[in-house]
Amino acid sequence: MAIVKEHELHKRRFSRNMGVGLTLLAFVALVYGLTVAKMQTGDMMEANDHSPRVSVTPAEPSE
Amino acid sequence: MSDASLNTQDFSNDASFGDFFALLKPRVMSLVVFTAFVGLLVAPTSVHPFVGFASILFIAIGGGASGALNMWWEADVDAVMKRTQNRPIPAGKVTAGEAKAFGITLAVMAVVMLGLAANLVAAGILAFTIFFYVVVYTMGLKRVTPQNIVIGGAAGAFPPMIGWAVATGGISIESVLMFSIIFMWTPPHFWALALFMNDDYTKAGIPMLPVVRGRRSTRVHILVYTLLLAPVAVGAAFTSIGGPVYLVAAVVLNLWFITGAVKIWRRNEDAAIADKYSAERKFFRVSLLYLFLHFGALLAEAVLRNFGLGGW
Repeated sequence: MAIVKEHELHKRRFSRNMGVGLTLLAFVALVYGLTVAKMQTGDMMEANDHSPRVSVTPAEPSE
Repeated sequence: MSDASLNTQDFSNDASFGDFFALLKPRVMSLVVFTAFVGLLVAPTSVHPFVGFASILFIAIGGGASGALNMWWEADVDAVMKRTQNRPIPAGKVTAGEAKAFGITLAVMAVVMLGLAANLVAAGILAFTIFFYVVVYTMGLKRVTPQNIVIGGAAGAFPPMIGWAVATGGISIESVLMFSIIFMWTPPHFWALALFMNDDYTKAGIPMLPVVRGRRSTRVHILVYTLLLAPVAVGAAFTSIGGPVYLVAAVVLNLWFITGAVKIWRRNEDAAIADKYSAERKFFRVSLLYLFLHFGALLAEAVLRNFGLGGW
């Protein structure tokens, strides 16, 4: 009996793997798109890192 | 002695990508997507279109995940009922364990991602919806009480509320009314189905109303819920999401729905068997249209409002 390289099973598994791969790619694109959208709408991106700096300290009252 | 061996395992039933997709109950998902989309669009505040798209997607995935977990828990019942025999688990394509892992993974991912994309209120309601559908309804009450449909209806009613929360970050009378429309609509919709699919539920031992309380009582229940639904559906016309277009649509649709319910209530079993449940089947079809057109009218009001029309 000849050893057949491609079985019907491989085709089916390939389509499943392809589906998973494309889904993951779509997920990456989605997260990237969300990041861009969030930055466009001006969401706060700078978090507190426990050291005072001008951009996160409250403005001093004007005299 | 040789190391060679023949692998006799049968792979003919190996799951395809489509089988895993079928676990998400795509048809139910379409209702979730539509109602969540309407909830998001009719809200007074707007979100970035991509954030809106991603949020609806995560709501749909969350809904799909509860569908997969429902199929994992219900595999024994699904194997008995004609309507559900070809689902991936009873068909032997996906194991119950795979469905469980798939469902839990997607549920956690959907809630976390919705929280990051939108806000914690929306993510919280989605998490509660999944918990309610899987634990309270599927595991707890479905096989225990004939009011299972009433309780299960609540899970299906949350999506517009989540859509609203994505945009506004909260809950308000409008979103509660959208919830109530689906919540009150679900029992007459499913009991009409149960009237002509009774044999399936009897075989599976699920205590649907016609099995436990009888068909006469089911007919009365359909009428009562349809009458209670009408003021809720029409009442939404007088909130910020309503308007004249919605009011006309709601009045016409509710009169149509009530007429159908009265017809079902007045019939007896002999008449129903004689014409193969034609009134019940028609009522079921009308109910699908009823919900679609109500949310379609809300959407129309939102679109009109953008052009300075619509609303009061």
